[in-house]
Amino acid sequence: MNKDTTLHLALRITLVAFLAVVIQETVVSQISLFDVTADVTPLVVMSIGLLAGSMAGAIAGFAIGLLVDLVLFQTLGVTSLLFITVGYWSGRLRELRDPSHGLVPMALGAVATLFTGLGMAVIQFLLGVDAPVSWLLIQQIVLQVLVNSLIALPVYELVRRLLYRALPPDPRARRRRAYTTALSPLQRPSERFGGATRARAR
Amino acid sequence: MYDKQIRRRRAVLALLVVISLILLTDYFGESSSSPLHSVQRGIATVLSPVQEGASTVLSPVRDAAGYVSSLFTAKSQLARVTAQKNRLTSELAVAQDIGIQDRKAAALLKLDTNYGIKSYGPVRASVIDEDPSLWYETITVDQGSGAGVSQWDPVVGPGGLIGDVTNVTSDESVVSLITSPKFSVGAEIETYSGAAGLIQPQVGDPSILELVDLPTSSNVSSGELVVTSGFQDPHAPTVESFAPPGIPIGTVSSTNPENSLLTDQQVQVTPLADLQHLSLVQILTDPHHGG
Repeated sequence: MNKDTTLHLALRITLVAFLAVVIQETVVSQISLFDVTADVTPLVVMSIGLLAGSMAGAIAGFAIGLLVDLVLFQTLGVTSLLFITVGYWSGRLRELRDPSHGLVPMALGAVATLFTGLGMAVIQFLLGVDAPVSWLLIQQIVLQVLVNSLIALPVYELVRRLLYRALPPDPRARRRRAYTTALSPLQRPSERFGGATRARAR
Repeated sequence: MYDKQIRRRRAVLALLVVISLILLTDYFGESSSSPLHSVQRGIATVLSPVQEGASTVLSPVRDAAGYVSSLFTAKSQLARVTAQKNRLTSELAVAQDIGIQDRKAAALLKLDTNYGIKSYGPVRASVIDEDPSLWYETITVDQGSGAGVSQWDPVVGPGGLIGDVTNVTSDESVVSLITSPKFSVGAEIETYSGAAGLIQPQVGDPSILELVDLPTSSNVSSGELVVTSGFQDPHAPTVESFAPPGIPIGTVSSTNPENSLLTDQQVQVTPLADLQHLSLVQILTDPHHGG
């Protein structure tokens, strides 16, 4: 990946991060569904990690987390710490497993939201803040996981469209495409056997 | 090359985590006037116009999404509000009933204090049945002989006399109202001690009473109060009115223009008690020994 591509990707990720935080604070946080509000920021971090890799995911997670903490007057670094983990491991999943199933963003969004919710509670508890660690908190986290799971796929698709042109070429994706569109020798028995099979059949 | 990539990735990750931890510990340990807090306030100040602008621009989106979101909860909200409305309606009905009972109890209390009802052994009873088809001729109350009620005990309600007990069981009593065709009681004009007569319902109009057999010399005018006379035969003391003296019955509503000096006079009396809306009454269980 050359420097222009990297810069292009960084600019796009910055734009996505900024838009995500603004939209989260001005629109999404004011819409209540099942008595909880959705949180698109961990989903955006997860999507960036899944599309652009672990390094981009971790950096985007740090930036988005910092922006969220700044805007919401929260303790700086808490959300960053959690989102670094979300972005990094989403990227590592892409790099190690190359998941191709269409529902992976939904499952990963649920995990990211659960991790963020529980992680926030644990950090607040460790910092000595009187967080309401109760059954209600667990209920809120579970409901938010469900709501975020519902919107994870559209958020992922939106982020993918915004980053699409700046994303580096993925060698694994090329290989995957080759195997699924009959370009692989394994899918072409006539070439594999030099036409002998077809000739015998005739 | 690959090792270099891994080392760089790990270094960046470690750097980000360290920066986050430094920010976290510094921010948490500092006061609100510290540089980090000031930076946070500054950035928030810079971003606030952006947020406000975005909020304004995106308000239709927010409203539309809020509308869709509200559809999910509309059904449960409707059920909750309906249940709340039903509960409040029943509470209101109870409160109104308590208010009505209080007003009637206050009216009875006024009767107690103004006319000395308390000395006649009053027993409070609630109306449990009435028969409108008989022109409110009788009512049934929830106190009977078990509470000391006897046949012919006078019954008072808010306003004054309403009738007498005609049938008694252990826990219920049937009260014949003063509008009953068979009812009559000795009465007098309160302001004219000599004008005593007999109260009975007017034929054809049970809502109006007649005070008949008034002395020919009576000079009765409208609006005067009619009370029970508590008649007692001086020659036979056991012959006495069932009602003690001084219980209000009604007011004179009109005098008969045919009254003359030659015949006994009669006047029409409007009952003080609202006989169509009785719910709380008092049975005077000792009408002849009090006072």
